[in-house]
Amino acid sequence: MTKSDRLAETFARLNAEERGALATFITAGDPDLPTSAKLLQRLPGAGADIIELGMPFSDPMADGPAIQAANLRALKQGASLAKTLEMVSTFRTEDEVTPIILMGYFNPIYQYGVSRFVNDATQAGVDGLILVDLPVEEDAELCDPARTGGLHWIRLVTPTTDEKRLSTVLRNSSGFVYHVSIAGITGTRSGAAGSIDDAVTRLRRHTSLPIAVGFGIKTSEQVAAITKTADAAVVGSAIINVIEANLDDQGQAEPALLDNVCTLVTALAQGARN
Amino acid sequence: MAPDTPTAEPLESYRSGPDAHGHFGIFGGRFVAETLMPLVLELEAAYTDACRSSEFQDEFDYYAEHYIGRPSPLYFARSLTETLGGAKIYFKRDELNHTGAHKINNTLGQILLARRMGKSRIIAETGAGQHGVATATVCALFDLPCVVYMGATDIERQAPNVFRMKLLGAEVIPVTSGTGTLKDAMNDALRDWVANVEDTFYIIGTVAGPHPYPAMVRDFQSIIGRETREQIQAAEGRLPDALVACIGGGSNAMGLFHPFLDDAVRIVGVEAGGLGVDTDKHAASLTGGRPGVLHGNRTYLLQDTDGQITDAHSISAGLDYPGIGPEHSWLHELGRVEYVSVTDAEALEAFKLCCQAEGIIPALEPAHALAHVTKLAPQMSKDQIIVMNLCGRGDKDIFTVAQALGVEL
Repeated sequence: MTKSDRLAETFARLNAEERGALATFITAGDPDLPTSAKLLQRLPGAGADIIELGMPFSDPMADGPAIQAANLRALKQGASLAKTLEMVSTFRTEDEVTPIILMGYFNPIYQYGVSRFVNDATQAGVDGLILVDLPVEEDAELCDPARTGGLHWIRLVTPTTDEKRLSTVLRNSSGFVYHVSIAGITGTRSGAAGSIDDAVTRLRRHTSLPIAVGFGIKTSEQVAAITKTADAAVVGSAIINVIEANLDDQGQAEPALLDNVCTLVTALAQGARN
Repeated sequence: MAPDTPTAEPLESYRSGPDAHGHFGIFGGRFVAETLMPLVLELEAAYTDACRSSEFQDEFDYYAEHYIGRPSPLYFARSLTETLGGAKIYFKRDELNHTGAHKINNTLGQILLARRMGKSRIIAETGAGQHGVATATVCALFDLPCVVYMGATDIERQAPNVFRMKLLGAEVIPVTSGTGTLKDAMNDALRDWVANVEDTFYIIGTVAGPHPYPAMVRDFQSIIGRETREQIQAAEGRLPDALVACIGGGSNAMGLFHPFLDDAVRIVGVEAGGLGVDTDKHAASLTGGRPGVLHGNRTYLLQDTDGQITDAHSISAGLDYPGIGPEHSWLHELGRVEYVSVTDAEALEAFKLCCQAEGIIPALEPAHALAHVTKLAPQMSKDQIIVMNLCGRGDKDIFTVAQALGVEL
């Protein structure tokens, strides 16, 4: 796929280390563009193995209150798809290893222009895409051109994805498979440990791709439990909550914001390193 | 990307959409999260099955007649016709339906389908509250719990409808996310649906959303156009020359238009021009927007250059939506339907005219349609006929109108 497949290399390396991956989600431009860029730069050092970078959208339908607020903060500070790609380019001048997955909704990409986006994202050093509102039924929109352009297309598999649909959903996917642990929005509840194990076991029968589990994962203990069976645990809203807690009354980042987020990420990373 | 200018390529039938994937040309589709996709497919299968069931049709017809009060009259507005001095103007009186608007045609159809599917909980979004009231009404009728998402801003300006919904037993949840308006209410309803996949049926109020909603809502609303065909034949012995209806999401318009799309009838949709389509305070998605993807479908949207959805504005809360049904976008690009816009001020003038000339207090939504009729009728000859959908009554709007006219109640 990509010239150097950072995702495959990351999973191979962690496999050799016999541990799972911590994938962290932040929204590009939250709480403001400079702080967000610095945070992105510090995440790998704090323990993030894979970075999911949210592309801000005014109407994030699959997200809970924490990530909704992050989207609005970012947009208010002038975030845009072009600036998200710039952030990735800047990040890549110092980090050639950590995979970056862009996650979000289709409309900003549609307005940017699909082929222009695929080209610019590849140039910037993006490794893969997760598009919440592009199910397999709409693959012609972005999945097909993105894969042709060398980007991984990562699918969400959910508790409502039945056996028959699963094989369809797994087709044309690469990089890893993202198991959504609950039927619901981000940052609310998490799936019961037993049902996550069952789901991962079921997925393994259908795919040889690495499996990440997300939605509702907040603690190092949960990360540890999930990475026992899955290849990666994704944490988003819990990180966003720390960002939100470190804003002053005017919504400006307080000086300790970056350190406090990194402290959480390091603690979460311990869970993946057990 | 779609061309921004309409391309008039005649089709064999304009009533052929959507295709098997829910597309009207490039519009429509199923842009939803994977969690919802199996539910959307289940709904499509259930709806297809219901369409073939005479039992389902009979049940719909029974409640349409005895509960909603259909058929609604087709009324010759003599005084207005004389005042304007041109074409004969007929009103399709859907404001006389139970609950006071066309919305209940659709909520009846969807709740019968929900029952057929064994769903035990109903959710809906609402802007002005008309769809919320119509949903709460059928939920009371069929004894199903009802949760209505409504923007906090709208709750404030539509207090009587909020109280109506509560009287009918619905739970009204204020939506503060985003900008607290209809689009955010729809986001929160979708979030609820994603989290309650087992038992919940989402009754969408307009011809938008993922397939099959745009086609399904259109079909339930098409009773308006089918009745109109029969009634105008009985009254005039021929089809009308022009149809006019207002458009927010566009369900009343699609309901009137669809049965006439293949006839030699001029069809005009009227969008809400707010303070003017050259300002940033309007709700005219076709006139002032461009194609994009939101709420499960591709359609014309009000948005900025980065694809962020912008707020709509209209004096009429029911037209205050930054999108439009995908079939309208398609008919716009095909050039089959003309889409125009009318400002808040023009709608207010038409509102007053309707009260005084016909003794009918219209909702602010169809007042937009009427404002266009006042421009169109005088250009037509006296033997020509316009049918306008009077899709709602204005009781809910008297406070808004009083405020706009500077009257203290």
